[in-house]
Amino acid sequence: MPARKVLKTEASQTLRAFLIELAVYAVLVVGYLFAIQHFFLGRLLQLEEKHLTLYAVVALGLIIGQAVVLELITTGLLRLLRGRSE
Amino acid sequence: MHFPISGTDISPTYLVLIGFLIGIMGGFFGVGGSFIAGPALRAVGMDWNYAVGTDLAHIVGKSVVAAKRHRALGNVDLRLGLLMALGTIGGAECGAQLIQMLKRTGNVNSVVSYVSIVIYVSISTFMIWESWRTLRLQKRTKKSGGGPAAAKRDETSFKHVTRAIQNLQLKPMIALPTSGVAAISLWVIMAVSFVGGLFSGFLGGGAGYIRMPMLVYVLGVPTHLAVGTELFEIIISASYGTFSHAVKGNVDILVALVMNTGAAVGAQIGAIATQYFAGPKIRLAFVPLPLIGAAIVIYTLLTGHKL
Repeated sequence: MPARKVLKTEASQTLRAFLIELAVYAVLVVGYLFAIQHFFLGRLLQLEEKHLTLYAVVALGLIIGQAVVLELITTGLLRLLRGRSE
Repeated sequence: MHFPISGTDISPTYLVLIGFLIGIMGGFFGVGGSFIAGPALRAVGMDWNYAVGTDLAHIVGKSVVAAKRHRALGNVDLRLGLLMALGTIGGAECGAQLIQMLKRTGNVNSVVSYVSIVIYVSISTFMIWESWRTLRLQKRTKKSGGGPAAAKRDETSFKHVTRAIQNLQLKPMIALPTSGVAAISLWVIMAVSFVGGLFSGFLGGGAGYIRMPMLVYVLGVPTHLAVGTELFEIIISASYGTFSHAVKGNVDILVALVMNTGAAVGAQIGAIATQYFAGPKIRLAFVPLPLIGAAIVIYTLLTGHKL
């Protein structure tokens, strides 16, 4: 197979994998937003109004925890869709 | 979507897209991207104090994702990052004190604006000159038989100054094997991180536009490692800033969490993309960032509207 054709096939495979990844991720994000709105909102508001120091600790924990989980999810999705470790 | 902590209504799609854009930039250049995130949050009606604190919280999340990816690619010098975090926090406190001092004299806005324009434009001018020169030198090396390997090496046209700084015998000297630095004075590292922190406290944001170039040109850290290490260092300093702002009631964590969903994808793309570019090209692509910062300040000065 000519090199140009191989490159074209690889590029279209990568794009397809990326689009599937984006779709799966979008579904996860929507579910996540729904969960935040329904389970965390009231408690976070209470903390923000009454215990600012605790709110600061929880806020930091949430953002770091979310980042670690999101990194694991995106890496897992990449592995699943491309069949290799990125 | 209504965010009751800051009392604003913002579309989650907008937040995810802004996060995605800043994530790509952060993963690729090792900057926090507050010069875009701050105005982007202000543009949808968020109060300035919330915009600053929330942006910092989102920077923490994005930097965790990007730094983890850079670490997997071997682009993080943990020892250097930890040392720099100390100096940065000290510098940030001094920068904040400087702001308070200027507030008392009543000319804080004009001083900060003019200083930031000079700094941003100077960084861009220097980096465009240096990276352009290095790329031309590499091209010549390639033509004269140096081969593609020589052209791909992360060289800078400023290395004579970097070597002189590395040769300063101010004890204690420490080695940074991950960054390929045999010995450098701890005081130089502290000075670089302190200056970065000072600008962060003085001008706002993470000041990655100052620290990333200083890591390359002053400490002699290869560009890819400078990006990864800077992101690791940002995790620590932005966490400190987030905590400090959250205690003062300036953080809407829900907004930051939504922004971070987009930033997580963008940061990974940005981090992976660095593998396809040589150091001088990354530095050349970095040039518009401080200029955007300068343009925002000039716009604010001319119109009186803070973006």
